[in-house]
Amino acid sequence: MEWFTENRHDILVAFGFTVEMVVIAGVVALVLGAILAAMRVSPIPLARGIGTFYVYAVRNTPLLLIMLLFAFGIPNLDIRPELHLGDAELLRLNVFFVFATAALGLYTAAFVCEAVRSGINSVPLGQAEAARAIGLTFGQSLRLVILPQAFRAVLQPVASALIAMIKNSAIAVGVGVTEMGFEMQKLQNDHPSSRWEIFIVFAIAYMLLVAIVALVTAALERRARIA
Amino acid sequence: MSSSVLFDEPGPRARVRFRLYNGVFVLVVLGVIALVLYKFNAAGQFESRIYHRLSENGVITELRRGLVATLEAAGLAIAVALLLGIVLAVARLSDHRWIRVPATAFVEFFRAVPLVLLIIFLFGLAGATSPMSGWDTRTQGLAALVTGLMLYNGSVLCEVFRAGVNAVPKGQAEAAYAIGMRKNQVLRVVLIPQGVRYMLPAIISQCVVALKDTSLGYIVLYPEFLRGSRTVAQYAGSFLVTYLLIALVYIAMNSVLSLLAYWAERRISQRGRGAARAVEHVEEALAAG
Repeated sequence: MEWFTENRHDILVAFGFTVEMVVIAGVVALVLGAILAAMRVSPIPLARGIGTFYVYAVRNTPLLLIMLLFAFGIPNLDIRPELHLGDAELLRLNVFFVFATAALGLYTAAFVCEAVRSGINSVPLGQAEAARAIGLTFGQSLRLVILPQAFRAVLQPVASALIAMIKNSAIAVGVGVTEMGFEMQKLQNDHPSSRWEIFIVFAIAYMLLVAIVALVTAALERRARIA
Repeated sequence: MSSSVLFDEPGPRARVRFRLYNGVFVLVVLGVIALVLYKFNAAGQFESRIYHRLSENGVITELRRGLVATLEAAGLAIAVALLLGIVLAVARLSDHRWIRVPATAFVEFFRAVPLVLLIIFLFGLAGATSPMSGWDTRTQGLAALVTGLMLYNGSVLCEVFRAGVNAVPKGQAEAAYAIGMRKNQVLRVVLIPQGVRYMLPAIISQCVVALKDTSLGYIVLYPEFLRGSRTVAQYAGSFLVTYLLIALVYIAMNSVLSLLAYWAERRISQRGRGAARAVEHVEEALAAG
């Protein structure tokens, strides 16, 4: 375990990067995914069209390509985000981190949208009809009747999307973000004899993150369960 | 539930309101498009030089080479993943604990590990293990990519196969046992041929995932589509335009596969078997991967 003690600091920083990426991208994905799902079931034709188009385009494009498009394509438009984070040196945050996280969030949003939409569709027809019958508007029936019930059905698929996102965050190694995938690649090159150990330890680190999402989901599921 | 139940057939006032919202949306969308076009133009992304260079013969040959490498990796990976998936599914459906438990552990492990880590690890491993260390970088990258995709997609497909076999009505297996078939005959002759029908859409969706994931070959220097387009982008002078073009090609390829999935799904639903739903659930759960 020499590789670990020697590089403990770098490994922890990389782990922190992955966690930061996953948390920020997760929030982006949940918010945008919910908006997209609302658009896809709305009565406004153009909103539905945009939602459908977004999901279709994103689902059929590799995440790495989206990350590359952000990291190398957007600077072609002379857009270069300036970071004013004070202690940026400590976090070693860079522009690539911003682009990769944005790409991860926007990519996952499409899957969250589909999960939410299928959840909405799982609510029995009569519920929506009853909501309409007592005169609730589209917004009200969605907010007061459909979504609270859809929540239960949505939890598990959304959790799957977030778990896939955690695993996908490692793809950021392709655009040079110094997260866990990057750190593992570096360690494998520096300590070829400990290859198996390094791989197993990093795999377990990801499983830990996945386990957190699974535990939170289980807790939410318990709370949402009908007595 | 169709989404149209969420709102009534709009009356005159609602129609006016929807039209208003739609108008606002049209304006916003047009504004965004205009902004994007303006930015593209201001940054010189519409310069004919870029498009001239992108349509040169040499560039197209380079892109085609990358595309072929991607399809080669995808074809190989899907073929071996299907085989592994079948083996794992049979193992997980086995009555013997000593076969079932290791197979389950195997499937759960490879579904949980990020594919990128697996591919990076395999690439390093191939470089250090004796017969493979002599290979050139391309072969080594291809081996790592295909093996990684095989382990991951094989594990996912195992679950798809299992769900498909379990979706076959119980009476089928019981009847097969009743007429004296052996365990492997029941699986081979009765359950799998019927289960395949339910699995087909999920299998094709997984092919889309595998095709997309071949892009990870980029990280182990395998000259697939993205790797190949890098030099092209540098030559053309625009990563933006080049990558957008590549994205269109990916969307087109996956659309063909999705059409196949749609067609398979329709054929199955025409036969009117409710069991396809069970597979759909698995497919939904796995689609995120």
